[in-house]
Amino acid sequence: MGSSATSPQAGHHGSGTRRDFLYLAAGGFGAVGAGAALWPFIHSMNPAADVLALASTEVDLKPIQAGQRITVTWRGKPVFIDNRTADQIKAARDVAATELPDPQTDQKRVKAGKDQWLVVLGVCTHLGCVPLGQKTGESKGEYGGWFCPCHGSHYDTSGRIRKGPAPKNLEVPEFTFVNDTLIRIG
Amino acid sequence: MAKDNAFFNNPTVKWIEHRLPIFSFVDHSLGSQYPTPRNLNYWWNFGSLAGFMLVVMILSGVFLAMNYTPHVDHAFNSVERVMRDVNYGWLIRYIHMNGASMFFIVVYIHIFRGLYFGSYKPPREILWWLGIVILLLMMATAFMGYVLPWGQMSFWGATVITNLFSAIPLVGDKIVTLLWGGFSVDNATLNRFFALHYLLPFVIAGVVVLHIWALHVHGSNNPLGIDTRGPQDTIPFHPYYTIKDAFGLAVFMIIFAFVVFFAPNFFGEPDNYIPANPMVTPAHIVPEWYFLPFYAILRSITFNILFIDAKLGGVLAMFGSILILFLLPWLDTSRVRSGLFRPIFQVFYWIFFVVCLLLGWVGGQAADATVMGIPLLRIGQFCTFWYFFHFVAILPLLGWFERPRPLPISISQPVLGGGRVAAGAAAKPMEKA
Ligand code: HEM
Ligand code: FES
Repeated sequence: MGSSATSPQAGHHGSGTRRDFLYLAAGGFGAVGAGAALWPFIHSMNPAADVLALASTEVDLKPIQAGQRITVTWRGKPVFIDNRTADQIKAARDVAATELPDPQTDQKRVKAGKDQWLVVLGVCTHLGCVPLGQKTGESKGEYGGWFCPCHGSHYDTSGRIRKGPAPKNLEVPEFTFVNDTLIRIG
Repeated sequence: MAKDNAFFNNPTVKWIEHRLPIFSFVDHSLGSQYPTPRNLNYWWNFGSLAGFMLVVMILSGVFLAMNYTPHVDHAFNSVERVMRDVNYGWLIRYIHMNGASMFFIVVYIHIFRGLYFGSYKPPREILWWLGIVILLLMMATAFMGYVLPWGQMSFWGATVITNLFSAIPLVGDKIVTLLWGGFSVDNATLNRFFALHYLLPFVIAGVVVLHIWALHVHGSNNPLGIDTRGPQDTIPFHPYYTIKDAFGLAVFMIIFAFVVFFAPNFFGEPDNYIPANPMVTPAHIVPEWYFLPFYAILRSITFNILFIDAKLGGVLAMFGSILILFLLPWLDTSRVRSGLFRPIFQVFYWIFFVVCLLLGWVGGQAADATVMGIPLLRIGQFCTFWYFFHFVAILPLLGWFERPRPLPISISQPVLGGGRVAAGAAAKPMEKA
């Protein structure tokens, strides 16, 4: 470089490598620092402590008749609780899981011994609409489960995606039976 | 020269100029010292109209914000209060609400103007990019603004659009939670959308400054698409184009005012006057009309493409349909800018235009709708295909195979005398100058 003659350090070492190194080190250090300073701001946008604290809810199953579906709210989202009839369970189990878009057996989606209770998030796995089928008179789709009107996804009686743009089965939230007629979601 | 005129000899003006040369800055930017092609037609009015709409949106928005409450329990009612109780609140809100639609109409025309007359070609590529950045920012701003009144469409539009990001492999769900600040669209989401809706228009204003700066380096393109070659090809921006822009503005405002006063809910969705209910999705969710073509592209990908599932594919196609515009200066291989001299390009341009309109129409219909037995989905898929085909195949090939009509030697030549020019171009310059 033409200017190296005016720079004593560079002159001695031929090509100014020490200065280059200092530039890189300082720049790298600055970049790491800037990144570290950015993180608190990004993380402030994640769910706050009070939002996380609201994260579990209990539901009494006693009033739900066989064949009846109810909707409860959990984390601001609808949860579908379905007291399935023997026919509905059979329909869900008659199909081979391997033939499904998102292969999963019905057994995997319910608690053993409580096979009639299907608990799923009422949130379409496509883009998050609430599927129809909870109320009498609403379309239950071609597979007797739920139908999402937004872009036409059909779910079966196990809440599994059968037809339409949704990629996944309706999500089964984490839940436990506190006793035979009480569940805790979350 | 400006320096000789009475204004610049005024002692106060001189005193200020000596310390802050703001008057000559304006004069060089939008005044008598800014030489402009003499043949600009009315399609060149839409840039200044877009600037006007940005100002209208910021002003009406600031006054709305004075009466708006960004909380899930109060947002809907605070907007209803603006409509019923706040003095002239209805007017301010209808200006803002319909202003967004007018803004998009103006900007879309502005973009299609650029597409026809080749305004994206060298040396205006960066100018074109900045325009696309403005479009993206406008879309983000309008999307978040639409969430603020917290009606059913606000809520479900926000849910569907934020869920698009869940299609991103691995980190998608984390990103969506980050956007929401919770486990669904909720108060945290509304708050941040308000903050960003307030901020982004000022970011847009900043990018507009860059856009105009880039414009001034080489000046405006023009209907003939040839470079200006000296003073005989230009006229000063002021007074010629200031008056023409003012006339265009007056006509535009008549239309805008008509919508605001006589059809204020024409562009809107009745469902958005129902308060948001996270438990019930409206039967037919549609985005605002200006997003419909992109929504149609999103919905048209219903099949997996190799390892990309349909959902991700739809999202990629939707964003890709805008991002591809960044590559346009290189995809269009023709050296002739103006479509006036490109007979085959003209045909494909209008086909492309109709395809965009069709996409908009399909995007507004139910997903399983049919017309005369044809599923709209198929029409949407064909139009989506054509949209991309136009950019990646037709434009590159046309540049090689099309034989452009001869270009005039200069802008002034057809006016001030000289040989014959291509039909169609000959009449245009007179109109303007
Ligand atoms: C690029 C400029 C802007 C665009 C495209 C835009 C767009 C929108 C849209 C589409 C709505 C929904 C209207 C409705 O359906 O009710 C809205 C609402 C709102 N905007 Fe903007 N906006 C812009 C600038 C601003 C600015 C700068 C502010 C504040 C300083 C603002 C404040 C508001 C407020 C408070 C609302 C909620 C009230 C309402 O919904 O009517 N906007 N905006
Ligand atoms: S959100 Fe359910 S099908 Fe798209």
